[in-house]
Amino acid sequence: MSGRNAKEPKGVKLDHISKIYQNPKTGKDFYAVHDVSLDIKPGSFVTLLGPSGCGKTTTLRMIAGFESPDEGEIYLGGEPINELTPNKRDTAMVFQSYALFPHYNVFDNVAYGLKLRKVPAAEIKERVTNILKLVELSDMEQRMTNQLSGGQQQRVALARALVVEPGVLLFDEPLSNLDAKLRVQMRTEIRRIQQALGITAIYVTHDQSEAMAISDNIILMKSGVIAQMGSPTEIYYHPNSEFVADFIGECNFLPCTVNGREGADVLCRVNGHPVKVRSDTDKMGEAEIVLRPEAIEIADEGQLPCKVELSCFMGSYQNYHVRVGDTLVKIADNCPIGKKVFNVGDDAYISFRSECSHLLET
Amino acid sequence: MARAQGASLDRKKLMGDPVMVTTIVLLITFLTLFILYPLAILLVDSFVGDGTFGLSVFKRIFQMPDFTRAITNTLKVGFVVGILSTAIGLLFAYVEVYVKMNKGVGGLFKLVSMLPVVSPPFVLSLSMIMLFGKSGLITRFLLGIYDNNVYGYWGIVIVQTLTFFPVCYMMMKGLLKNIDPSLEEASRDMGATRWKVFRDVTLPLLLPGLGNAFLVTFIESIADFANPMLIGGSYDTLATTIYLQITGAYDKSGAAAMAVVLLLITLAMFAVQKYYLEKKTAATLTGKASRARMMIEDKSVKIPLTIFCSISAIFVIMMYICVPIGALFPTWGYKFTPLTFKWFEQVFTKYRGLEAFRDSFVLSLIAAPITALLSMIISYLVVKRKFKAKGFIEAVSMLAMAVPGTVLGVGYIRGFSGGIFHTGFLQGLYGTGAILVIVFIVRSLPTGTRSGISALRQIDKSIEESAYDMGANSLQVFTTVTLPLIKDSFLSGLVTAFVRSITAISAIILLVTPSYLLITVQINEFAEKGAFSIACAFATILIIITYGSVLLMNFIIKHFGTSRKVKEVEQE
Repeated sequence: MSGRNAKEPKGVKLDHISKIYQNPKTGKDFYAVHDVSLDIKPGSFVTLLGPSGCGKTTTLRMIAGFESPDEGEIYLGGEPINELTPNKRDTAMVFQSYALFPHYNVFDNVAYGLKLRKVPAAEIKERVTNILKLVELSDMEQRMTNQLSGGQQQRVALARALVVEPGVLLFDEPLSNLDAKLRVQMRTEIRRIQQALGITAIYVTHDQSEAMAISDNIILMKSGVIAQMGSPTEIYYHPNSEFVADFIGECNFLPCTVNGREGADVLCRVNGHPVKVRSDTDKMGEAEIVLRPEAIEIADEGQLPCKVELSCFMGSYQNYHVRVGDTLVKIADNCPIGKKVFNVGDDAYISFRSECSHLLET
Repeated sequence: MARAQGASLDRKKLMGDPVMVTTIVLLITFLTLFILYPLAILLVDSFVGDGTFGLSVFKRIFQMPDFTRAITNTLKVGFVVGILSTAIGLLFAYVEVYVKMNKGVGGLFKLVSMLPVVSPPFVLSLSMIMLFGKSGLITRFLLGIYDNNVYGYWGIVIVQTLTFFPVCYMMMKGLLKNIDPSLEEASRDMGATRWKVFRDVTLPLLLPGLGNAFLVTFIESIADFANPMLIGGSYDTLATTIYLQITGAYDKSGAAAMAVVLLLITLAMFAVQKYYLEKKTAATLTGKASRARMMIEDKSVKIPLTIFCSISAIFVIMMYICVPIGALFPTWGYKFTPLTFKWFEQVFTKYRGLEAFRDSFVLSLIAAPITALLSMIISYLVVKRKFKAKGFIEAVSMLAMAVPGTVLGVGYIRGFSGGIFHTGFLQGLYGTGAILVIVFIVRSLPTGTRSGISALRQIDKSIEESAYDMGANSLQVFTTVTLPLIKDSFLSGLVTAFVRSITAISAIILLVTPSYLLITVQINEFAEKGAFSIACAFATILIIITYGSVLLMNFIIKHFGTSRKVKEVEQE
């Protein structure tokens, strides 16, 4: 940032972290987070993704220090921080509700953390001005926070967290209060700023498209445990379970029998028809083919015969539900204009390229 | 599963925050020493007061016919006052929320709800005697009745009802406004008459709330000391009996045991009210009014209700006005003209009024900010923080709400006159201004805490968390974020504490020593002696002080309150 040497980003390590809560209804203890281990590289953008109640927010709050882990140790930049209170941790959080101070104007909101750090007034002025420029709020310094739109409030919250140059930036579903269009715009902004500053960011969301768009790595959680971690492409095309496949976008599961190998692919049969699926498994027998709707083509000829049960024009794609044997398969046929459109009741064939498919052992 | 590590980390984090730890320790000490300990010593006294441990003291007091009669009297008065206040309060609230009134009547209602807040507790007793007593303005001069007796059961019932119904009115108003009009419209739409709608829809929804209002009034009534003292005559209630037991009969263990009995009654009521009815009220009335209600304009409903309420309101206001006017007559009951300021002069020349006002004013002025700050700190800890002793702090500060002033007074006499546990430790406290200030604080703390808690609940928890996360310690979070956000609540807590302190009497009258002259105690003395004109003069000045401070508070909140900036912005 404008001639100043920004601080080194820090890595975050969770070492077998668990958090136990009591169910208020039954009085029984349960694991809100169970044995979670993570190693987040300095400067990377990692998303904790999952349905509500999966433990992602609890994990984030443990990193911030608002909750204390019942098992395990958290490291920030190599230092154990379990015993540090939130105000002593080198983290800054952007809250879902923005949590701006309603009695301060934009400038004072952003300057708050610097004032606590006893930064000289001139430097505060410079740093706040710079950061407001970065989030494109330069002319709003004197506004009260309730004079701002939701998106602008979100930018103030981001600026307030960024200005203290934290070792790691934490986001707790920061975009869930914005409307859909603004959400898309803001996530691009957040990614741009994070990359410009090279800061470490941990981001919690339940929105899979947001997670895909923004992250270097996604950690998908379910019932307090990590279901899968990896890059967006890995998670999208190589889900390790039905849950992951289904949570990250729409997915079809086609039962098959594996009976051979050919290069990078395995040879399978679906209802007797041969198909190739990308997989490194050497287990033969029953399995499931994971297919994304947009990876399937429908035509008069192809690999697997099917019957059309629904055909619906969606604008950017034609949406089909077809029956392959006993299994319902959803297809998104992109750019339908000029292609043959199948109607309900028609017989057709589906086919897919092996590299767009993935095998799940059952 | 072991939660030990999390708990120990939480503890370590707390210990790493010295301001927080000190605050909690000081709070616990304060609450234990000045709320729990005085009540505990009453138990100790009543079980071992006669030398040996046992029920002998209780046996003795239950054999006193005066005491058993006082119990019946208290419960009877409390019950009737509870019913009457709730009914009148409901009527007023219904008229305000449902019936289209003209502005003048609305103004009357507002005044009625305001008056009991700013006036000392026994003003109505005073004016009741002056208007309807033996030489009462109305009874003797208007109606020619020479031997009307206002003292006793009916006197207490009327005066307490008039004092407490505005509280019920405010409570019911809040509830009625929360009823979604579409519920009633649905019932109307299906063919119910207005009366049936009220009986089958509105009333059942309100029932827990009515029960709540009834119990709150009941507790207020049985804890009331000033009114029964002035207008009760020979009709003694528990509060006055305890007072006489300790000031007249010097039976300290007996008084302690009686105080325990009174405390048990109010605690039981309080427990029902707090843990059963309050929750039920909240459960039945969760809906916010989705839109404005169609006001009743039907003349057959509107005219009688409005007239009845207006007349009652005017009557109440007249009772209050009687006090300042009474202070202007040369001799009450005999000579009405020319109006004179001689009583006001005498307050200062003859009756050490300046001293009394100075003492009351200074002590209340010390107590008010401490109370307001303490209640905000307690609310902050209760609403926003997580720590082990939180339940204790919340419970004890709420407990104080259920403790009648007389009980607290006796507890302080027994607990501090001979030092802590009669050992002489901290004995120096007794008889000082400090102990009066502490009583003022303890008496106003629950109200302040309650309003602080409800103010803080409306503030998003993550605002404070974000300050904490940005590097602020507990003290900085509280002073830079919490306090500015609840400034209005703090200011009104400040004034409420001041007004409550300067008008307090029940606990204070037991603890005050000749070195302090307090206005309320003075007024009580003069009224007891029948020196009504001078009592009225004292009371008038007191009302001016309290009303002035309320006006000042409203002015400050309007011009310097937190909501100001926000409001201005919204208007732009």
